[in-house]
Amino acid sequence: MAENLTFRYKISGDDFTRAGEASSNVKSKLKQMGVDNNAIRKVAIAMYEGEINMVIHANGGTITVEISSDNIHLVLADTGPGIADIEKAMREGYSTAPEEVRSLGFGAGMGLPNMKKYSDNMTIESVVGVGTTVTMDIHL
Amino acid sequence: MTIRKIQELLDADVLLGNELLDKNADFVFSSDMMSDVLAFADEQSILITGLCNPQVVRTAEMLDIICIIFVRGKLPDAHTLEMAKERKIVVLGTSHKMFTTCGILYENGLRGGA
Ligand SMILES: Nc1ncnc2c1ncn2[C@@H]1O[C@H](COP(=O)(O)OP(=O)(O)O)[C@@H](O)[C@H]1O
Ligand SMILES: [Mg+2]
Repeated sequence: MAENLTFRYKISGDDFTRAGEASSNVKSKLKQMGVDNNAIRKVAIAMYEGEINMVIHANGGTITVEISSDNIHLVLADTGPGIADIEKAMREGYSTAPEEVRSLGFGAGMGLPNMKKYSDNMTIESVVGVGTTVTMDIHL
Repeated sequence: MTIRKIQELLDADVLLGNELLDKNADFVFSSDMMSDVLAFADEQSILITGLCNPQVVRTAEMLDIICIIFVRGKLPDAHTLEMAKERKIVVLGTSHKMFTTCGILYENGLRGGA
């Protein structure tokens, strides 16, 4: 790849059944581009967890995916409620998701830890009442 | 083990993917929590779950899982099945409960992944 490629997705906050469409789209794009399967899987899982978080915790947002020859950079930005204690939110099993979300198969408090696990680098910036931006890099 | 063999052992209905039953599947993961499934991404080829919604198919897609087994006689809706069809994922439905389903497959040699 000579040029960097950028894709942008608007994530709707009110349709849980459609959550994951952007991640699915990125996954098939990377496949078409012949990116290594292991890297695709990492991107797919990390982005999917982030996308789900946007839908269940932040009423949607935008995801930007920048693909270069040696890195995939993800930026997930929302204007949701923000995270008061990021350290706590990162703990395995910590979740503020309501029972309704749990009955849908999410809200086990494993999303952020999964994102950390599958990315080579992850940062969370969040201001309560303003929003959250998560960035992740997966090296190729 | 072929998916066909698994289907026979579980006396399962093939809801989708009759033409794909000769595919091999060696590692199984069972859970109703999708983040738990996503946390153990290596080498799983089958997902056993009691959860019936589109996110089960999405989770399977992210992990390249080739077969989903719905337990307790639960059936996914048409939209969920359509999604699985587009992704060429085999969908089986068994009336066995989760524990029994896992037990039968374990007894016959299937294991959880690394
Ligand atoms: N984008 C977000 N906006 C606001 N809060 C968030 C966001 N992402 C995560 N959180 C908070 O961090 C907690 C842990 O997130 P996560 O590990 O993904 O677990 P889960 O989504 O299962 O609750 C959430 O329960 C929520 O309180
Ligand atoms: Mg989450």
